[in-house]
Amino acid sequence: MKAAKSRHRATTRIATSHNKAAMLLASRYLLLCIFAAFFLFPIVFMVVSSLKPDDQLLRDTSSLRAFIPYGDISLDNYKGVFDRVPAGRFILNSIAISSLTVGLGLIVNSMAGFALSRVRFRGQKVLLSLIIATLILPLEAIAIPLLMVVTELPAISVGDGLEITRGWLNTYHVQILPFVANALSIFLFAQYFGSIPKELDEAALIDGASWFQIYRKVAIPLSGPAFATVAILTFLPIWNGYLWPLLVVQQEDIRPVMLGVAYFFQLNVAWGEIMAYLTLITIPVLLMFLAFQRAFIESVASSGVKG
Amino acid sequence: MAEISFEEINKVYPNGFQAIHNLSLDIADKEFLVLVGPSGCGKSTALRMIAGLEEITSGKLRIGDRVVNDVEPKQRDIAMVFQNYALYPHMTVEQNIGFSLRLSKVPKAEIKDRVAEAARILELTEQLDKRPNQLSGGQRQRVAMGRAIVREPSAFLMDEPLSNLDAKLRVQMRAEIARLQHDLEVTTVYVTHDQVEAMTMGDRVAVLKDGYLQQVDTPQNLYDRPENVFVAAFIGSPSMNLFEGRIDGSAVWIGDHQIGLPHVVFDRRPGLQDYDGLSVIVGVRPEDLEDAALVPDAEATVSSTVNLVEALGSEIIVHFNLSAAPVDAGDPDAVEEISADANAVGRFDPRSRAAVDQPIDIAVEVASLHFFDMETRLSIWD
Repeated sequence: MKAAKSRHRATTRIATSHNKAAMLLASRYLLLCIFAAFFLFPIVFMVVSSLKPDDQLLRDTSSLRAFIPYGDISLDNYKGVFDRVPAGRFILNSIAISSLTVGLGLIVNSMAGFALSRVRFRGQKVLLSLIIATLILPLEAIAIPLLMVVTELPAISVGDGLEITRGWLNTYHVQILPFVANALSIFLFAQYFGSIPKELDEAALIDGASWFQIYRKVAIPLSGPAFATVAILTFLPIWNGYLWPLLVVQQEDIRPVMLGVAYFFQLNVAWGEIMAYLTLITIPVLLMFLAFQRAFIESVASSGVKG
Repeated sequence: MAEISFEEINKVYPNGFQAIHNLSLDIADKEFLVLVGPSGCGKSTALRMIAGLEEITSGKLRIGDRVVNDVEPKQRDIAMVFQNYALYPHMTVEQNIGFSLRLSKVPKAEIKDRVAEAARILELTEQLDKRPNQLSGGQRQRVAMGRAIVREPSAFLMDEPLSNLDAKLRVQMRAEIARLQHDLEVTTVYVTHDQVEAMTMGDRVAVLKDGYLQQVDTPQNLYDRPENVFVAAFIGSPSMNLFEGRIDGSAVWIGDHQIGLPHVVFDRRPGLQDYDGLSVIVGVRPEDLEDAALVPDAEATVSSTVNLVEALGSEIIVHFNLSAAPVDAGDPDAVEEISADANAVGRFDPRSRAAVDQPIDIAVEVASLHFFDMETRLSIWD
């Protein structure tokens, strides 16, 4: 009888602790759901609003109906977008500019990071510190001096023949080259390469590899997460860039997506079309993130670096 | 194939620390030389200098007949096995072994053949498509060996290659490496802190301490004729017992114990006669002590009380305390082999009835005693 009682008590105890764990888990999920909703609502609002005519959209903003696709739902706003701006051209421009900046940046910055973390030379630490120090300067602070520099740079233009001209304004490369070398990327690469055991370099040196071969054949294959992180971190600011293109690009056919937003505020403002345009230009970013998501999260979780 | 020679080599790090002092050492072609010593003795630094991974501050390093001080690692024609193997994690076993051949643009078909041959020798044929993280410690070790042998280098350098393996595997790999070196006849420099590895594998063993070469000789000579107190204590397990003593005519006093020294001792060590009346360091190996009850015609005995008995089956290790001042050999890594209250260890026959806290008479094999100068700590011979 006694034994049965104590067995019963033990079972109850186990059940209670199970309940506690379940409660804890539930509250954790609840918290995460709230956070997820917090970040998702603006996107839902954007997508839903892009499907509504302007008068309904403005009426709904004061209530939760703003997040519900109902009433006069259509893709008319998307048609309107293409009437108002050359959206396809802008998106293609932005894809070209961002991917070239990211691609070149991955090559240049990973090489710099590799040299700064793996190859021994005098002044290595000072150089890395100087590079990191440049992180405190925002683009806004250097935009005007940078503009003055690029207006003076020589360029080769293809007209009737090859011609050397002055100034980079109104080109694709003025939107790309100033952002290829990136202090944050160099720092992230240097950190990541620094965590690869030094013996691998030594083994490769003895195996007959040059430093470039060590970079190519040993460091790069081991650094997928670092490349994914840097790709996302450099893609976003270029895609979202507004100030710099505004300063250097007047010609319409080479404008990036963000300059397109301004078109909707000229003459009569069409909110539905703005939302449709924003939805369209968000899709490539989401696709980019989905592509690199796993490696990115792995890397951010392990390095403590925030995007 | 190549000889390797150190000529008065020094290594001083930028922070002023001198890792190697005036090292001169010749390693013969096809020789298996072991560099052994406690941590921080400079053995790995010396090896890395041969590899070209450490700069040489002064002196000349030759491989074959060329001075290689300023030669890039890849041009030295050496292969190295690292302590943690340094296998490329993203490559398969086949790619790891063939990496150096691919870099030197060896034709693909030849790479395949040579990798397959290395894999066959090392019994890795089944593992060629696996990645290092799918292998056991012993297999990884073999891949590291494969990477070295596939290049057919003029010398192998091995930096504590067995220290990450468990005891059983270590014994097995020890024999395999020794056999491989014997078959391939490649000059090999092997670094270890384990004196058992050093003694069992090396044709010769170089003992280093604090960046100074202490002695280089065959394992047996190191054991029989150590040049100084450090080598005497470092080689052999358990370590040699070392006490302060005093020569008194044809006897030596170790604390309160007087041991008569027969002529044979003075014949072997004529220099000992100059120490009459002087203090010396007396060394006696644990295997030169025995339970006096088992040695009816013992030349000399000392009395003590047993402190600890460790029965190993084939022998028993008996710890006891001699009323004499022990001498520190200066090995920073020396494990406390001796129990807290004891200052001497003997390896006795298992028939010994030695029991804890019981008095015991211990027979000393007098002819095998070692004597060292108190000041220089060098062995007293001539």
